Amino acid sequence: MQLRPRLLHPAAWWLWGLGLATAASRTTNPVVLLLVIGVCIVVVTERRDPATANPLWGFLVIGAVIIAFRVVMTILLGNGVHGETVLFTLPRVPLPEWASGIRLGGPVTLESLLYAVYDGLRLTAVLACLGAANALASPRRLLRYLPATLYDVGTAVVVGLTFAPQLVTDARAVRSARTLRGHQGTGVRETARLAVPVLETAFERSLGLAASMESRGYGRTVRASSRDRRLASGLALVGLLGVLGGLYGLLDASAGGALGLPLLAVGAALAAASLVVGASRERRSGHRRDRWRWPETVTATAGAVPAFVLVVGSVQSWEGIIATPSPGLPPLPLPVVAAVLLAAVPAWLTPRPREEHR
Amino acid sequence: MITFDHVSVTYAGAPAPSLHDVTLEIPEGELVLVVGPTGSGKSTLLRTINGLVPHFSGGTLSGRVTVDGLDTARHRPRDLATVVGLVEQNPSVTFVTDVVEDEVAYGMETMGLDPTAIRRRVEETLDLFGLTPLRGRPLGTLSGGQQQRAAIAALFAAGPRVLVLDEPTSALDPVAAEEVLASLHRIVHDLGVTVVLAEHRLERVVHHADRVVLVDGGHSSELLDPAEAMLRSQIYPPVVGLSRLAGWAPTPLSIRDARRRASALRERLVEASSPSVPELRVVGPATALELSDLRVVRAGRIVIDELDLTLATGSVTTLMGRNGAGKSTLLGAIAAQHPVARGRVRLGASSVDPHAVAPRERVRVVGLVPQQPELLLYAETVAAECVTADADFGAQPGATATLLHRISGGIDPTQHPRDLSEGQRLELALAVILAGSPEVLLLDEPTRGLDYGAKHRLGEVLSALAEAGTTILLATHDVELAAEVADRVVILADGELVTDGPAREVLSASPAFAPQVTKVMLPQTWLTVAEVAEAIGRSA
Repeated sequence: MQLRPRLLHPAAWWLWGLGLATAASRTTNPVVLLLVIGVCIVVVTERRDPATANPLWGFLVIGAVIIAFRVVMTILLGNGVHGETVLFTLPRVPLPEWASGIRLGGPVTLESLLYAVYDGLRLTAVLACLGAANALASPRRLLRYLPATLYDVGTAVVVGLTFAPQLVTDARAVRSARTLRGHQGTGVRETARLAVPVLETAFERSLGLAASMESRGYGRTVRASSRDRRLASGLALVGLLGVLGGLYGLLDASAGGALGLPLLAVGAALAAASLVVGASRERRSGHRRDRWRWPETVTATAGAVPAFVLVVGSVQSWEGIIATPSPGLPPLPLPVVAAVLLAAVPAWLTPRPREEHR
Repeated sequence: MITFDHVSVTYAGAPAPSLHDVTLEIPEGELVLVVGPTGSGKSTLLRTINGLVPHFSGGTLSGRVTVDGLDTARHRPRDLATVVGLVEQNPSVTFVTDVVEDEVAYGMETMGLDPTAIRRRVEETLDLFGLTPLRGRPLGTLSGGQQQRAAIAALFAAGPRVLVLDEPTSALDPVAAEEVLASLHRIVHDLGVTVVLAEHRLERVVHHADRVVLVDGGHSSELLDPAEAMLRSQIYPPVVGLSRLAGWAPTPLSIRDARRRASALRERLVEASSPSVPELRVVGPATALELSDLRVVRAGRIVIDELDLTLATGSVTTLMGRNGAGKSTLLGAIAAQHPVARGRVRLGASSVDPHAVAPRERVRVVGLVPQQPELLLYAETVAAECVTADADFGAQPGATATLLHRISGGIDPTQHPRDLSEGQRLELALAVILAGSPEVLLLDEPTRGLDYGAKHRLGEVLSALAEAGTTILLATHDVELAAEVADRVVILADGELVTDGPAREVLSASPAFAPQVTKVMLPQTWLTVAEVAEAIGRSA
C-alpha cells in the first residue's frame, strides 16, 4: 500500500496511547502487560517522528526502576500478600510497640514478590504507552490543536516545555566553559557554582523571549471582546477539567467507572461548547493543521479496541485478567491477546513519518 | 512613516539619558542605517520604534514616537506587531516555537490570518530567505547564520510595513550576510517595506542604505546622505578610509565606485616600489599545534573529518568558512570541549594531548575564548572576576587585572560583567583566559558586536601576544580583522580543509573573503588602509 509520507494527526496517536494505557491499567496479567510493552516498542520503532527525541526508553527505564524498587521494598517490608512458598527468610528487626503494624525483615514469599512484580509491570506498561505517544507525536504538536480560545495558554506551555531542555543545554555549556578555567566541572561544590551563571543565562533568555513574544503580537486580541474571550476560556477550561476527571475515573478502577463516563461526556460537551463560542468570535488561525483521514481512524480504533475489551473483561471478571500471584503463568484469555495485538496494526497501516531533514 | 518628535529616553536609575532630544522623520520605503559606536544608544533608538522602550524596558520616554500614525505611548508593542517587526541582536533567544516552519507561521497565527494565506506566505518567505531545505529542522540545531535568517523570515512573513533590525549580519559569514542584505534590499525596493537597521559592519551595509543616521552619546543627526554621513562619521568602513586617504570626493561607498576612482592611486603605488611582499612576522617551528587525521562527531554527525593541520609557534591563523562549516567544533575539539572520534591532537612545545590531561594542566597549553564570552564569567563584579581568575589559574594576585588594563581601554571594576558592552565582555573574558598564559590561544568569533575601535584594539592585542610567542587560532567571518592580524588563513568547508596559505594570497584570491581594500586595489594585493597609507608615505 502506497501512502504519501506524512505525520499522523497527533490526536490519533494520543488516543491510541491512552486507549492502550486504559487497557494496561485494567490487568495484572504479566503476559498481557509484556505484550502491551512490546506493541509500544514495535509501533515506536516503525513510526516515530524522527525530528524529535525518542522518550520511550526513558519511560521504560523509569518503569524498570519502579519494579526494582517495589521488589526491594517487598523484600524488606512485605506487602500484605501471604503465600505458601517461602523463598528465604531475612532476620526480623524488632520494632517498638507503636510500630507494630510494620514488619521489617522476616520470611519472603514467592507470592508477595510476584504480586509486586505484576503491579510494577502494570505501571511500567502504562508508562510505556505514554512514552510511545510522546515519541510518536510530541505533546507540542498536540498543543496546536487546543481550542482557539486557549491559543495563548498553549503557547505558554510550549515555551515552558522548551525551557527545561534549554536549562540542561545551558548547564552543559557553562560546565564545559568551567573546564576552560581549569576546573574539573564535577562535584557538589562545582555544581553549586554553576547555578548562578545558568540561572542568569536562563533569566536573560526569558526576558529576551518575553520581549520577542510581546513584539510579535503574543496575547493580542483578534476581533473579540474580552468578555467573549473570558466566557469561552472559562468554558474550555471547565470542559478540559471535566474530560481529565472523566478519564481519571475510567482509568482508575477504584474511583468508580460510574462517575467516569458521565463526567467525560459533560466535559467533552462543555469543551465543544467553548470551541463553538470561541470559534464564532475568534478567528485565530493555524498553519498546516494535519487532517483526520482513515489512517487516523484506524489508529484511534486500534487503541480503543483493547481498552474496550479489557474494561469489559475486568467488569465481567474474566479469568486471567487479574493474575493471582501464584507460581506458574496465569491463564491467557484469547480475546484480550487478540485485542492487544490489534493495537500493533498502526505500525504498518499508517503513512511513514516525514523524512529527517539534515 | 516613523517620526521622532523631541524624544528623550532615560532608563530607571541611569545618571544620564540614553537618548537625548531626537527628532527624525523616516519616510516610507527607505532603508535607513543607524551608525554609532557601542553604547551610543542605537539599540534604544531601534527599540523605541515598536514601543519595547519604554513599555517593556521601563524608563521614561519624553516626546513622541509615531509609527504609521500610531503613537507608541498609547499602543503596546503587541498591538504594533502588524506594523513593526523587530529582529533582535541574538536571534536564538527570541524563538517561540521549535521548528523553522512553525516559527515563520507563528506571527501570522497570532494575527489571525486566513490559513491558506498563511500557507502561501510561509512558502514564499521560506523561498525568499533560502530556508526551504531547513523547514523541518528544529531551530536549536541551526547554525548562527541560519538562525538569523529564520528570525528575519519569521518577522517578515507577518507582513509588517516597518522592519527594524539590530545587527542582522554580525554573526553571518560574508556570503550569508550578502544573501540577507540582498533579500532586505529586495523587500525595500519591490515591496516598499521601510527598513531601519543598526550594524557595526558598515563595509557590508553602507552601500545598501538610502539614508544614514549617526548616533553618538544619545544624540542623533538628522537623516543624511550616506556619502556625506561617512565623511562626518567617526566610524567608517575601509573603503571610506581609503577614500579619505586618497582625498576622493564624493566619498565612494561601494567597491565599484571606489575602483573607478582608484586607477590613479594604483599607478602611484606601482611606482612607489613594490612593498606588497608581506613582511611576515618571524614565525617559529611548526610545533605549536599538530592535528592529524582528525575526526569529530557531534550528535551522530561527522562534523570534522580527515583534518590535518599544523601551526607555527607565534603565528596568527584565521579559520574561515561559512556558517556551520565546523569552525567552532574544531576549536572546541582542540580545547577538549568536544571528544575526538579519531586522530591526534598535540599542543605546545611539549606535545601535550589536551584530551588526556586534567583541566588544570590543560589551561597551560590551550585557552579558548568561546563565542559567548559571558559563559566564562561568574562573579558579581569585574574586580571579583579578576581575583577569581588569579586563583583559578594560580597566577600572581593582580595579574588578570593588569592584563585587563592592558587589553581594554579601562573598564569600571565595580560593574557587573553582564552589564558590560559586548566588546568589554570579550576583553574581560580574554584577560581571564590569558591569566593562564596558554601556549595556544583560540578565539571563536571574537568580533561579534565589536565596533571598529574595539576591533582595532583587539587586533593590536593579538599581534602583541603573537610577538611574545603565543600561537593564535581564531575563527571569524570578519575579513577585515583577518586582513589586519592574520599570517595565514585556513578555509574550512563541510568539515574539510579547502584552502590553506599565507593570508595575503588566500584573502586576495577569494572573491568572498577579500577585504575591501584588496577588492578596490586588485590586481595589487594590499590588505589594509594602513598598509596603503604607509606605502604612500614612503613614496612621498
